[in-house]
Amino acid sequence: MKISQICQILDADTLCCKELADTQVYSACGSDMMSDVLAFVKDHGILLTGLVNPQTVRTAVMMDMKGIVFVRGKKPDAAVISLAEESGIVLLTTDYRMYTACGLLYTAGLYTDGSDKV
Amino acid sequence: MSDALNMHYIVDGSDFTTAGEASTAVKMKLKKLGIAPDIVRKVAIAMYEAEINMVIHAGGGVADVSLESDKITIRLIDHGKGIPDVELAMREGYSTAPDAVRSLGFGAGMGLPNIKKYSDEMYIDTEVGKGTTVTLIINLQ
Repeated sequence: MKISQICQILDADTLCCKELADTQVYSACGSDMMSDVLAFVKDHGILLTGLVNPQTVRTAVMMDMKGIVFVRGKKPDAAVISLAEESGIVLLTTDYRMYTACGLLYTAGLYTDGSDKV
Repeated sequence: MSDALNMHYIVDGSDFTTAGEASTAVKMKLKKLGIAPDIVRKVAIAMYEAEINMVIHAGGGVADVSLESDKITIRLIDHGKGIPDVELAMREGYSTAPDAVRSLGFGAGMGLPNIKKYSDEMYIDTEVGKGTTVTLIINLQ
């Protein structure tokens, strides 16, 4: 699924790296606990979170993710947006809550085939 | 590759928002050197968690990374309060991090287990009141 489609499904605004909207992502994860993302996530393309600190961007960089969706209408400050720009991480913000945002993407086909159990 | 390539970083313990800068720099450097992506990811995650720990618990320190022909060694040295019970600290879910850190997405007791998971070898040398040195080895083969 292209990031532009994720943006459309979640009625999201793009905060940076609009030029990367055609990037394909193959799965996603939703978490506010970055250590869990680092521990359990495999080859996930996009992170959904309610946290807006720089560590969300750094975690995405470490995991080779392509983008972050901030849920519940959250928006990071300019320093975080600038860090994401430097790192080539697309930032989106949606008014949907975490559960709904994940559900919408899942039902639209953004999930990994087979078991996703840890 | 005959000689080791060494990198040295100072980890600022006063600002949580900058935690991870050293790990990011190492990741970029290794990527540029053409190290395999799965190895780069292991190094990045293990060092990032260790760097975060150093900022949360020890007020910062230094990180030395050495790239040799067969392995990458990361040594993180701090002069913080030390770890009184390493076995307990290694347990998933055990944490002494303050709530403020948890609200930032860390401090859930996954740091050390994550570091171990992504390293081929891990050594912790710690003394209460003196500090901690964490040594991580990631094999290139």
